[in-house]
Amino acid sequence: MTVNRRKFIGAGLLTLSGLALIPTVNVFAGIDKNKLSEGTVRWGIAMDMEALATKGPKVIEEAAAACHRVHNVPKIELQEEAVKWIWGEPYEKSFADQKHPYLNESFLNSLFPVLCNHCDNAPCVRVCPTGATFKREDGIVMMDYHRCIGCRYCMAACPFGARSFNFMDPRPYVKEPNPDYPLRQRGVVEKCNFCAERLAAGKQPACVEVNDALVFGDLNDEKSHIWKMLNSRYSIRRRPGLGTGPNIYYLV
Amino acid sequence: MYDAGKIIPGLIIFLILITFPLWYSLGQSAPVLGYQVETPEIEQLEEKECVESVSYMRASHMRLLDDWRNEVVRNSRRTYINNAGKTYEISLEATCFGCHTNKADFCDTCHSSLNVEPDCWNCHSEPKESQL
Ligand code: HEC
Ligand code: HEC
Ligand code: HEC
Repeated sequence: MTVNRRKFIGAGLLTLSGLALIPTVNVFAGIDKNKLSEGTVRWGIAMDMEALATKGPKVIEEAAAACHRVHNVPKIELQEEAVKWIWGEPYEKSFADQKHPYLNESFLNSLFPVLCNHCDNAPCVRVCPTGATFKREDGIVMMDYHRCIGCRYCMAACPFGARSFNFMDPRPYVKEPNPDYPLRQRGVVEKCNFCAERLAAGKQPACVEVNDALVFGDLNDEKSHIWKMLNSRYSIRRRPGLGTGPNIYYLV
Repeated sequence: MYDAGKIIPGLIIFLILITFPLWYSLGQSAPVLGYQVETPEIEQLEEKECVESVSYMRASHMRLLDDWRNEVVRNSRRTYINNAGKTYEISLEATCFGCHTNKADFCDTCHSSLNVEPDCWNCHSEPKESQL
């Protein structure tokens, strides 16, 4: 086969047109343009499991009640359709991948408060087709309920089960609605928002406020209480092997 | 022309039908919107002014609200500075309904006479109605 100039130029152009695929490749490769820049705030929570153990499982319920009250989270008995932002989960479930036969029993049976981990590399953000779930600069994985179409890709993507779907109109299941925060409607997904609206008002997240075994703060600030706690004690995160980079820590 | 007796009346009927939307509303007055602006809260204002000028609000309040929710939810900014430089807290509940406490007589009346059905109140709470 001989290559004449015409063929050569033709082939060259065809090759160059491959560049048009770059945007598509980026989408599938999940290149994250919103990577946190250095020096910005990154909110996190550290949970002191020893302090929690001495207080008993009731404090987890109290924290959940406080959160669910301020955010008008419906109380639905049917487990498959329940909506929750924060709840207690035994080690068996919350840390299933870090279990071994010699683990202390009391540890195995104790409840761990679990919620959205506000991952650095959140899979829910990557799969959301409408941009309704996105990463804020301060690390909060936020939901824009106005854009949620209820496709539930995010629920499939989240390895922590931190998201709930509204199978029915939540309004009848909210006893005393807090007028300062909107409810959600049937057909949208919801989850913990790290109390973005309370942070904006200079307050602590609701679960932290009612429970001093939880410490909230800026993980990028070396002078913060949370940074010092994480620096001085041993802590674990849920499913670290997946590489999602949770920002919720458990001091054990 | 063959069948002119059928074609020409047919064409006339066709023209009448296709222009129906144009002449149907002739001679009808614009719909009466019948909404009420006054509320006790607005009575008490020194300057009876909305967030932006009335003509802008009338035409574009939905766009303003759209911007507002993007500001709060996506850009984490909760204050709005209007054209005249005045600042407002961005909130449907606290700001809009702080003055327009008569949602039913104001927003709803105008919307329903124009057949607009915003779905905001599936989630957002309505003001405690106070009437004049
Ligand atoms: C699926 C539930 C839902 C629907 C429907 C909805 N919103 Fe929202 N909206 C929310 C939530 C949740 C927030 C977050 C509030 C916060 O963070 O303070 C919010 C925030 C806002 C805000 C900024 C803060 C505030 O409280 O005012 C505006 C403005 C707003 N929405 C406007 C609208 C408008 C206009 C509509 C109708 C076209 C609408 N929303 C429909 C759930 C909803
Ligand atoms: C400070 C009190 C105040 C606040 C806050 C306020 N309004 Fe108004 N609004 C008024 C007053 C007063 C008028 C009537 C102005 C006039 O007629 O000159 C008005 C007029 C309007 C009109 C036009 C009504 C007409 O005559 O056609 C609309 C629409 C409207 N407001 C919507 C809103 C929305 C939406 C918000 C929230 C983003 C809002 N307003 C916030 C006081 C307020
Ligand atoms: C003068 C009549 C009038 C009044 C008063 C009025 N609106 Fe509207 N509004 C309209 C019209 C007309 C539209 C539809 C515009 C369109 O579809 O382009 C609309 C649309 C909207 C939308 C967007 C709906 C959608 O589906 O996207 C929202 C939100 C809204 N209005 C909120 C309000 C609120 C809140 C108030 C009261 C504080 C109010 N409006 C008062 C005439 C009015």
